[in-house]
Amino acid sequence: MKTLDRRLGLLSALPVTLLMVLAFLAPLVVVALFSIMPPKVFSLANTPDFTAYAVFFEQGYYKSLLWSLGMALASTVILLIVCWPLAYAMAKIFKRFTLVLTIAIVMSLFVSENIRLFGWVLTLMKGGLIEGHFRALTGIGFDSPLYGVPIIVFGLVYVYLPFMLFPLAQGISMVPDDTRQAAYDLGATRWQVLWQIEIPLAAPGIVVGSLLSFVLAAGALAESKILGGQAVIAIADDIETAFTFGQNWPLGSALSMILIVIIGTLALFGVSKVDLDAIMGRKR
Amino acid sequence: MDSSPFLRLRGVVKSFGTFTALDNIDLDINEGEFFTIVGPSGSGKSTLIRLLVGMDDLTSGEIRLRDKRIDDTPANLRPTCMVFQSLALFPHMTVGQNIEFPLKLRKEAPESRKAKALELLDLLRLPQSYYDKRISQCSGGEKQRVALARALAFDPEILFFDEPLSALDYRLRKTLEKELKDLHARTGKTFVYITHSLEEAMVMSDRIAIMKQGKIEQISEADEIYGAPVSRFVAEFMGEVNLFPVSTGTDGTVSSDVLTVRPGATLAKAQSGAAGLLMVRPEYVRFADDGDSHDFTLTGTLHGEYALGSRIQYEIETSAGMVTVEKLREDRRAIAEGEQLTVGFNTPNTHFIDEAA
Repeated sequence: MKTLDRRLGLLSALPVTLLMVLAFLAPLVVVALFSIMPPKVFSLANTPDFTAYAVFFEQGYYKSLLWSLGMALASTVILLIVCWPLAYAMAKIFKRFTLVLTIAIVMSLFVSENIRLFGWVLTLMKGGLIEGHFRALTGIGFDSPLYGVPIIVFGLVYVYLPFMLFPLAQGISMVPDDTRQAAYDLGATRWQVLWQIEIPLAAPGIVVGSLLSFVLAAGALAESKILGGQAVIAIADDIETAFTFGQNWPLGSALSMILIVIIGTLALFGVSKVDLDAIMGRKR
Repeated sequence: MDSSPFLRLRGVVKSFGTFTALDNIDLDINEGEFFTIVGPSGSGKSTLIRLLVGMDDLTSGEIRLRDKRIDDTPANLRPTCMVFQSLALFPHMTVGQNIEFPLKLRKEAPESRKAKALELLDLLRLPQSYYDKRISQCSGGEKQRVALARALAFDPEILFFDEPLSALDYRLRKTLEKELKDLHARTGKTFVYITHSLEEAMVMSDRIAIMKQGKIEQISEADEIYGAPVSRFVAEFMGEVNLFPVSTGTDGTVSSDVLTVRPGATLAKAQSGAAGLLMVRPEYVRFADDGDSHDFTLTGTLHGEYALGSRIQYEIETSAGMVTVEKLREDRRAIAEGEQLTVGFNTPNTHFIDEAA
């Protein structure tokens, strides 16, 4: 019976396994192979060389990578701080209002990211919704916050908020109320309860939320293009350019590989540190 | 005024909207006492303990500890501590870290923390090797002891217990009840325990308070509450009981429509013309065929017979309703179907509940 179950299980997993191999693993392998091709070729039938990786350092692409990672890190930290109280309220306080809030936030995802970002441009640009009205009313104008690094980070925070908020709320809901009360009863201050009880027990949610928003933000390009006016170039922007205007698939592939390896390592490290089963609702 | 009690509650009221969960509670608890608050669910006992540890605010009234008001002190600054029903152990910490938690908050040195934790493991009869164990590796009874150790590490003036044994199986509960009583004796601390289980209360407590609908019905020693309850509610809550409507005269004479009263049988504490209930516990009801004469008798037929382990319980259908008789297993009596039985009991084993009071 046991072996039958096992065989049936493997058999049922076959379609999904095939799909993963074809749709996920195969492109990854192709990208990996292209990254070790000579510049500007469109076929894998060439002698491998590592020029594309050398170009990454020589032509300053590492700067884009550092900007992307730095802004992703900044936005993730800001998201953690911004989302914690809201997630806490959603998990413990709001009750039915949580559903309303969830629907409202998910609804915003129905509108394309680019359109939402252009909305911010219209709101924030000189002569736009805010500055325009302010100037019309007071006669005093001010510079637009657009086209700089802080506004890109703001854009990342804005776009990836749901990806931090929901896992965080899930993580916080896993903190039993009575452990918090017990810690308080045993003499802990509110800060001590937060650091020693709530954060450790909500860790799976924190890690999942941080990973999601960091990974997405590190690979984002719309924010730096639309809000940042390319004040800095994101690595994803470089990758896109290499594949399109640059017509240099090996360079694009090499840049992708570097990003994939860094983010993959980070994700594996993060996931290994927490009990994912707990947040997926499975029994430990 | 003589020495004020250790913990004193005066006029404590807690309302949730229009619902009054606690209605004007006055209560004195002595230092070093094992005090148990018993009541059915919804009686307000959990609300009361939450007020005592500081997890809820009172609507009105005051709580004093050593004559100092504590009801406006937040839970983390009160010198009291609670063992939760769920135990509320910290799953991300080891047994040792759990026990040391309150000590760490007080910034005690790691060595002295560890020494105290090991001492507490000894006190609770847990092996010292448990210091590094994870909470998830402990059994139910072991977790119970860890929770106790953690609360004792806090060194509270009063230790509160919120039904900590209710989730355990019977055997373990019995063992831990005795251990808890023993621990109380060894630590000399004041224990305030809430439970819905009469048995738990009887085994462990010095004094018991019975709660009903946000009020305290009776506070007394276990024996007195069992033998001399003040009301039908307390009598019925504290185990099996037979109650008969009677009225009494000033001289202690009893008259009843349902009982045959032996001429000359008198109650000691009778009140003039009071109508009330005459209570007798099942273990004091005898079958009259043993040749003795009884102050009160009634007749009926067997309705059911139940084995309770060491005892046998008989339910006799009489004109006064169902009467419960309990005998030790060795005194078991064979009863034929339809047999006319006479059961009786004597005044010293009865208690008169004045229903007018």
